[in-house]
Amino acid sequence: MSVLVDANTRLLVQGITGKSGSFHASACKEYGTQVVAGVTPARGGEKFEKTVPIFDTVSEAVAATKANASMIFVPPEFAADAILEAADAGIQLIVAITEGIPVMDMMRVRHALSEHSCVLIGPNCPGIITPGACKIGIMPGYIHRPGNVGVVSRSGTLTYEAVWQITSQGLGQSTCIGVGGDPIHGLTLQKAVEYLHADPDTKAIVMIGEIGGSEEEEAAEYIQSRVKKPVISFVAGATAPPGKRMGHAGAIISGGQGTAQAKIEALKKAGVHVAETLGDIGQEVVKALGK
Amino acid sequence: MNIHEYQARDLLAAAGVPVPRGAVARSPEEAESIARSLPCNSFVVKAQVHAGGRGKGHFQDGYKSGVHLVKTPHQVRDVASRMIGNTLITHQTGPEGKPVHAVLVGESTDIARELYLAIVLDRSSGCPVIVASQQGGVEIEAVAEKSPEAILREVIHPGLGLQPYQARKVSIFLGFPSTGLRAPCRLLHAAYRLFIEKDCSQVEINPLAVTKGGDVVALDAKLGFDDNALFRHKEIQELQDPSQEDPRDLAAAEHHLNYIGLEGNIGCMVNGAGLAMATLDLIQAAGGKPANFLDVGGGASEEMITAAFRLLQGDPAVKAILVNIFGGILKCDILAQGMVAACRTAPPRVPIIVRLQGTNVEAGRKILKESGLPLLPAEGLMEAADKAVAAAAGKKGK
Repeated sequence: MSVLVDANTRLLVQGITGKSGSFHASACKEYGTQVVAGVTPARGGEKFEKTVPIFDTVSEAVAATKANASMIFVPPEFAADAILEAADAGIQLIVAITEGIPVMDMMRVRHALSEHSCVLIGPNCPGIITPGACKIGIMPGYIHRPGNVGVVSRSGTLTYEAVWQITSQGLGQSTCIGVGGDPIHGLTLQKAVEYLHADPDTKAIVMIGEIGGSEEEEAAEYIQSRVKKPVISFVAGATAPPGKRMGHAGAIISGGQGTAQAKIEALKKAGVHVAETLGDIGQEVVKALGK
Repeated sequence: MNIHEYQARDLLAAAGVPVPRGAVARSPEEAESIARSLPCNSFVVKAQVHAGGRGKGHFQDGYKSGVHLVKTPHQVRDVASRMIGNTLITHQTGPEGKPVHAVLVGESTDIARELYLAIVLDRSSGCPVIVASQQGGVEIEAVAEKSPEAILREVIHPGLGLQPYQARKVSIFLGFPSTGLRAPCRLLHAAYRLFIEKDCSQVEINPLAVTKGGDVVALDAKLGFDDNALFRHKEIQELQDPSQEDPRDLAAAEHHLNYIGLEGNIGCMVNGAGLAMATLDLIQAAGGKPANFLDVGGGASEEMITAAFRLLQGDPAVKAILVNIFGGILKCDILAQGMVAACRTAPPRVPIIVRLQGTNVEAGRKILKESGLPLLPAEGLMEAADKAVAAAAGKKGK
């Protein structure tokens, strides 16, 4: 068992002929993901790496290959359109890697998606991986190991740090999800925690947050009332100055809202094990699992 | 991206939001002639800097306040001559202040009531939201803390846009009589249109004034723009004023580095925004102060790493540099090669602590070790921070 993706996931890649798109499509394929199609308008009929058929539209790709997940590398100015196209073609899981999509575009996309049953992960995210089964995204595959710790995070490199610490402790991951660093995105921390909580193979959940917004607080409320599994957390940006965007468009303290302190407090109140510093996540997981 | 008040005023006026008469002046003479062209007998002169708190601020030479109210065009000229070329220090500028190259000269308004109006993004609903209050002219955060019931938040459907009933609701909340809703409603629609059309991150009108004559005007406004959408707004990009930015930030932007200047003495170079933020936290947990936030990104080239190094080394405040890299897509050996190349072209001026982890880490550490460069390796995160703090304080690492 795992969350959202497994060995049966059939992936198509939007923007497969671009520099990042082709590099990562290749890496996912190498990891063992079933990459069944690519989409680049006006490149239909070609083949990616001599094996993967390329289509002009997502709906053609879905009809021909039964793809059920899409990974998007389309440049920011066209990415909103690409997400909508995937949703319209019936893709159930859309993973938008693209960084730099205008907020206004994402606002409209999020509303349009409320009429679809699909799940959007990202944008501006590392993607999702079920170790040993399916990798959709830009994370380095080899740091992961199949196991029972679910990971969800707003930051790419912090996910890798956490995963590496878990792997180094001799443990492994069920599924790791990066929800992305933009202020408006699809899957939320809370929803990801819900999925991981419902997964029988996930024994503990690591949730990595950062300053800005209130998703950590919302997840904390859910954890307090519903989650029976141990939850370990870390929040980045405790010392970030207010009013500055810390790299991620969504990582900003504005009007005293979205501070790390408030998030840590809410998480502690919900019974979450909060790692004091980044280096402590692995040990906190071991402690929480009682091993 | 931020712009000046006079630029915000021009954008609002063009969108159909009433603003007081006036114009921007870049010399005392120009300020005087603008004042002479205004049909009024009281003027406001406002220093143009990218910072709030101007009224309570002071200039480098001791001259008080960045906002003056005067009676004659001659006095306008005097005030402008004290402000232009001077540096204004407010609670938002930091002790170094911001240079003043222009002043906004306007008619002074007879204010009956000061209101607050803003359109911002509501992250949890993913919608624009209008924030309104009858308590204008003060910081909205203070109102929110003391009397949250005095603030209305009206969420707008991004597909439908601002509906007339919503504009009426906000106007009535702002205390306009039901027979006088036309002007505020028209203003709300104009401000909302501006917010959408220019991809704003915020449109904040504070105060929104009701004059003794019953007009509604935007007395002061702050506009923010979504950096991700600037590619489709050349006209907004052109409003950028480099004199208001930290020179380190400008140098970083030139090399597409994600950089924020801070006030400490430990320079940081990290890959990934989250890890960069967590690195600042680590430094402070170890008792030090970071000089900057710097995310070189997942796919940094040798060239970018060289530029990043130059930037950190060129900052006189930097006493030690902490390099914290988790090699994923960016492999550690490639990064090590980049660092060695950078150190050859710009020899290290301060101790450099390097913590590498991830893809090809052994090869990376080997390259650094064999380079003969004075780099201090660290394996653990806390260990790296401790070493950086000790080095910045002039002590040998553990």
